[in-house]
Amino acid sequence: MSIIPTTVPVPELGDDHRSTAPVKHVRKAFSNPMASLVVVLLTVLWTVPVLGLLITSLRPRLDSATSGWWTFFAHPHVTLSNYNTVLFHGGYNVSSGLFPYIMNSIAITIPATIIPIFLASMAAYTLAWVRFRGSDTIFFIIFGLQVVPLQMSLVPLLQLYSHGAHIGTVTVIPNLHLKGSLAEVWLSHTMFSLPLAVFLLHNFISQLPESLIEAARMDGASHLRVYRSIVLPLSMPAIASFAIFQFLWVWNDLLVALTFAAKTTASQPLTAQLQQLTGSFGSHLELLTAGGFVSIVIPMIVFFALQRYFVRGMLAGSVKG
Amino acid sequence: MTAGSSHVLAGLASDSAAKLWGVIEAVGGFLAIMAIIFFVAGRATGRLQRPLTVVICLGPAIVLLLIGLVAPAIRTMYLSLHGADAFGPDVHYVGMKNYSWAFTDPTTRATLIRTVLWLVIVPTAATGFGLLVALLVDRMRQGLQSLAKSLIFMPTAISFVGASVIWKYVYNYTDPRQPQIGLLSEVAIKLGWKHPPNWLLTSPVNTFLLMIIMVWIQTGFAMVVLGAALKSIPDEIIEAARMDGASGYRLFRTVQMPMIRTTLVVVVTTIMIATLKVFDIVYTMTGGNFSTDVLSNDMYTQIFTQFNYGRGSALAVILFMAVMPLVGYNVMRMRRDRAAR
Repeated sequence: MSIIPTTVPVPELGDDHRSTAPVKHVRKAFSNPMASLVVVLLTVLWTVPVLGLLITSLRPRLDSATSGWWTFFAHPHVTLSNYNTVLFHGGYNVSSGLFPYIMNSIAITIPATIIPIFLASMAAYTLAWVRFRGSDTIFFIIFGLQVVPLQMSLVPLLQLYSHGAHIGTVTVIPNLHLKGSLAEVWLSHTMFSLPLAVFLLHNFISQLPESLIEAARMDGASHLRVYRSIVLPLSMPAIASFAIFQFLWVWNDLLVALTFAAKTTASQPLTAQLQQLTGSFGSHLELLTAGGFVSIVIPMIVFFALQRYFVRGMLAGSVKG
Repeated sequence: MTAGSSHVLAGLASDSAAKLWGVIEAVGGFLAIMAIIFFVAGRATGRLQRPLTVVICLGPAIVLLLIGLVAPAIRTMYLSLHGADAFGPDVHYVGMKNYSWAFTDPTTRATLIRTVLWLVIVPTAATGFGLLVALLVDRMRQGLQSLAKSLIFMPTAISFVGASVIWKYVYNYTDPRQPQIGLLSEVAIKLGWKHPPNWLLTSPVNTFLLMIIMVWIQTGFAMVVLGAALKSIPDEIIEAARMDGASGYRLFRTVQMPMIRTTLVVVVTTIMIATLKVFDIVYTMTGGNFSTDVLSNDMYTQIFTQFNYGRGSALAVILFMAVMPLVGYNVMRMRRDRAAR
């Protein structure tokens, strides 16, 4: 038995609508300063590393090489030159700035987020509303495929992309000559995302009011039309949750990019280049921290702007039964 | 601005435009193909319509899953029973040799034991901290409450690589006679430890320092999910328990804890799965050197540095075997809940 309600509540961080007056009174009576102290302490501990990163990235090289970032408050010198160097110029055996890699990350992330949304919502609609023998079984198999760690797919997929697939002498899939192109990365991310995507969207789509879909069918709308003009627009909240999830996952990914994207300025994403820089800029903390901050600023914006959807997606994925 | 740098900027701009155009082409092409398929299939009527819908809507997802997950999983199991060179013509069957290597080779065995250590410590710590915050945060002022939650949740959005850069700096080592740059060393010296070690090079403390990064990232997840579960307990129950005199720890143990047990298990298993697969942190921080290697990084090293596909595949299968019961449990729970509905 699960205590989690079937319709996922939308917990807005920090907003507690339910606290009615008497309950609030009870809560207040039992509130205690120790609790607040512990939470404040943990919050500070959790925030200080990011603060250190930000401050270091804004200090001149000499300052950050010879003193800790906490001395900044005594001697505040702010410069943006670290960002200029790390974004546009490189240096110290690094041929170019991070800017091209930001573009690569965007070029990888957008298709790798949009394509799974369509493929998964189509599949979820079919499994939920165009029911046929075995549709439930297929749904559970797809969900269960989360068991396959993507690590297991790396070598076989590499072989597939560079040689095609053969059983004996029969060519099952010809060599598509995708090796090293971004299509390889999009395709891989799409494949790996499908189990979770189908599961999340199925949960939502199967809860749409039956009367609505029945009525449209009665009026002679085909399934494809129902999907396009009813299911897709109504599923936007669930799609938004998944899209944020997938965006952050692809943007933050390192393993898939290292494995499938060619090792060039033209295709490696920000994470892979940043990983490289931890070696090249090892003794240039002011540049490494600026690069680090550049890499987290876009997910941060997405995260703080759409926190509510993100939380909902997370809850649906892990809590909802 | 000099002519040289404006030249560089112009180059960047045209390069970026080309990349964005590539994205538009890819997404546009995909949508165009879908539109054509939908248009053509929309003409179909009568008995053909239903099967056609199933094929069009479900087909692509199933084909991609077969190519991307099912076939590779089987292929990896096959490769794990073979020698190093999976691409070459002389693939030879070696039986269980790769597996016996994984469990007997001292370095690899140490890696496996270390992975188990990660698996025990990280989920426990992250869930513990998350639960602690979820329980205590309710007793704070509204404004502070949401600020605290957002800040603790924030690392969830940061990439493992970004997190590694952040923490590399916290763990920075400088000669104790110099002014310190790393926060950890500074604190250690202030607390009276005259010669703190070079943290990341010193085993076994470095492994625990890497675990802290993972805990830092996962705590926000645990906090949010457990917080939602705690909130879904009806206020009347809590109030009744309080009338009966239960409060603080007793209230938690006898009322709240039993009611969120299912969610607690889900949170722990989810973090366990994430921890098993963790690769980026170890790869970025130490590259698996200085006795910090874990299963997933070792697998990457075997395949892409040693080019030993057999051993790498065997490690991937071990990872698969370890994840299976965790995901299996979640699938079973979901089926049970559905049946109960």
